[in-house]
Amino acid sequence: MATIAAGGNQVDESRLPVLKGAYSYASISDKISDIVLTRPTHWGWYAGFALSTALTLLFVVAIVYLFYKGVGIWGIEIPVAWAFAITNFVWWVGIGHAGTFISAFLLLLRQKWRTSINRFAEAMTIFAVAMAGLMPILHLGRPWFFYWLVPYPDIMNVWPQWRSPLVWDIFAIGTYIIVSILFWYMGLIPDLATLRDRTDHRGKQILYGLFALGWRGEARQWRRFETAYLLMAGLATPLVISVHSVVSLDFSIGNTPGWHSTIFPPYFVAGALFSGFAMALTISIPLRAIFGLKDFITARHLDNIAKVMLVCGLLVAYSYLVEIFMAFYSGDRYEEYMVQNRMLGPYAPVYWTVVVCNVVVPQLMWWKRVRLSVLTLFAISIVVNIGMWLERFMIIVTSLHRDFLPSSWDIYHPTFWDWATLIGSLGAFAWLFLLFVRFLPSISISEMRKLVLEKKEGET
Amino acid sequence: MSGEAPIYGLIAEFKDGAALVSAASRATAEGYRNVDAYSPFPVPGLSEALAFRSDRVPLITLLGGIAGGIGIYFLQWYTAVIDYPINSGGRPLHSWPAFIPATFECTVLGAALAAFFGLLLLNGLPRLHHPIFNAADFDLATRNRFFLCVEAADPRFALDATRDFLATLGAMRVSEVST
Repeated sequence: MATIAAGGNQVDESRLPVLKGAYSYASISDKISDIVLTRPTHWGWYAGFALSTALTLLFVVAIVYLFYKGVGIWGIEIPVAWAFAITNFVWWVGIGHAGTFISAFLLLLRQKWRTSINRFAEAMTIFAVAMAGLMPILHLGRPWFFYWLVPYPDIMNVWPQWRSPLVWDIFAIGTYIIVSILFWYMGLIPDLATLRDRTDHRGKQILYGLFALGWRGEARQWRRFETAYLLMAGLATPLVISVHSVVSLDFSIGNTPGWHSTIFPPYFVAGALFSGFAMALTISIPLRAIFGLKDFITARHLDNIAKVMLVCGLLVAYSYLVEIFMAFYSGDRYEEYMVQNRMLGPYAPVYWTVVVCNVVVPQLMWWKRVRLSVLTLFAISIVVNIGMWLERFMIIVTSLHRDFLPSSWDIYHPTFWDWATLIGSLGAFAWLFLLFVRFLPSISISEMRKLVLEKKEGET
Repeated sequence: MSGEAPIYGLIAEFKDGAALVSAASRATAEGYRNVDAYSPFPVPGLSEALAFRSDRVPLITLLGGIAGGIGIYFLQWYTAVIDYPINSGGRPLHSWPAFIPATFECTVLGAALAAFFGLLLLNGLPRLHHPIFNAADFDLATRNRFFLCVEAADPRFALDATRDFLATLGAMRVSEVST
C-alpha cells in the first residue's frame, strides 16, 4: 500500500489509515445516515442530553436573572469591570476557530484526513460562536440596545464610532457566524438529499426535502458546488485569522499593562487554534465511541489533531516568553510590575496552572504512544481546555486588578452567577451539539463517498 | 403508459463514475446537447464530459466581495467625515487605517453571500420538484447509483433510436422518465 507524505513525515497508510475497513458507496452512505434515521439512540446520548438540558436551563435562569437585576449580580466592579463574561467570550470564539481551520484551511491544503471530521468541527464552530456572541451582549449594561453597534440610519442621527475595536468586533463576529453557517449548510445540502431519499418516514422526507432544496446531484450542480465550496474555504481561512486578531485588538488597543502589545493578534490566533483543537478532541473521542464511528474517525485523525495541538501549544509558549521578555525590555515599570504580579501576586496560582496546563502537559504529545492513546489524549484535551480558559482569565483579571494607581487596586471574586453563566454556556453548547448529531449527519456523506473512490483508486 | 404520452427523457443507469463519464462523453460526441448526468458525489471529469465550461460562480463571488468592501468603506467615510464628524482624540476624520477591519470583514461577507446565493441561483435551487425525480430508482442517485438522462427536448432525441444508443453505452438499464 502506498505511503503518503504528511507534514514532512512518511505516514504508513496501512497502519494509520484515514478510512478503515472495506466500504462501498452504499455501505458508507447507510452507515452514516442510519445514525440519524434508523439506529436506536445510545443511552449515552440520553444521559448527555438530560444533563445538558439541565445546564441549559441553569443558563436561561442566569440570563433571565441578569436581565432582571443587571450586571451587579456578577463579581465585577471597578477596576475589574471585565471578568468571566469576556473570558468566556474569548474562549468560545477561540474554540470555534479550530472548526473553520479544519474545514477550510485543511481543504485548501488538500489534507484527506479532514474529510471525516470537518462536518462536526463546523457544527462545533457555529455553536461555540453562538455562545461567544451572547457573552458581550450579556455584559452590556443595557443589553436591549446591543444593535446600536450596527450602522443604520436611526432617528438620533448617530453613527457608530468606527475607530473602536468593539465596533470591529461586531463586524468580525457577525461575519464569522454568518459565513460559518453558510459554509456548513452548503456542505449539508447533498447529505440532506441523501437523508430525504433514504427515509421512509413522510414527515422526515418533507423536512429533509425542504432543507435539501431539491438537490439532484446533477453534474453541473456538482461542478458549481465544488467551485463555490472551495471559494468559501478560501474566504473562511483569512476570516478566521482576522476574527481572533480583532478580538485581541479589544485588549491591545487599550493602554492597560499586559494588554498593550503588538504580539496580541498572532498570540491570540495560536491560542484559539490550540484550544479549538483541544475541544475537537474532547468532542470527537466520545462521539466516535458512542456512535461507532471508529472506522471513520481513526487513530490517524487523533494523531494529527494532537500534532497540530503540539505546534500551537509551542507557539503559545513562545508568546508567553516574548510577553515576559518585552515587559522587561520595554523598561516600563508598570509592564514589569504586571509580570511580577502575575507570577507572584494574588493570582499566582492561576498563572502557574496556566503554565502547567498549556506549556508543560502538552509536551507529552511529543511521544507517539501518547498520541495513539485515546484516554491520555482525552485527558490532555480537558487539561488544555481548562488551561486556555484560565489563560484568558489571567490576561483579563491580572491586568485589570492592579493598574497604574495603587489606591484603586482590588481583588475580583466570582459569584454564583458568574459560574452559572460559564457552566450554563457549556451546557447549552453540549445541548445544541447533541441535537445536531442526532438529527443531521455528523460526517459528510458525499465527501466520504469520494474518499471511498480515492481509496479504491489508490489500491489498484 | 402509452407511447403517445409526453415524456421528460430517457435515463440510463450505471454502476460507477467511470462508466458514467465515458457514457456522457459518448453522448455528447454523438451530438446530444440536453444531456444531464447525476451522481452521488462530484465525479472527476464528468462536467467536462458534458462540455460544461462557463462556471460563473467565481465572478459572482468576486463582485460580491468588491461590493461589500466598497460599500462599507463608503459608509464609514460618509458617516465619519460628512454626516457625523466627531473629533476622536485629534485623529483625522478620514482615519482610513481604523476603517480597514470592517472593510475586510464586509469584503469576506459580501463574497461569501454572493458565492452561496450565486450557487443556488445558477443551480436553479430551491426547486423542490423536478421531473427527474419520477425516474425509477432515482433515490439511489444520492447513494450509490450514477445516471445519464437524455431529455426529450434534445433536437436529436428520438425515442427508439436514443434508447438503442443508450443501450450500447453499457448501462445497467434504460428507462423512460415521465414528465
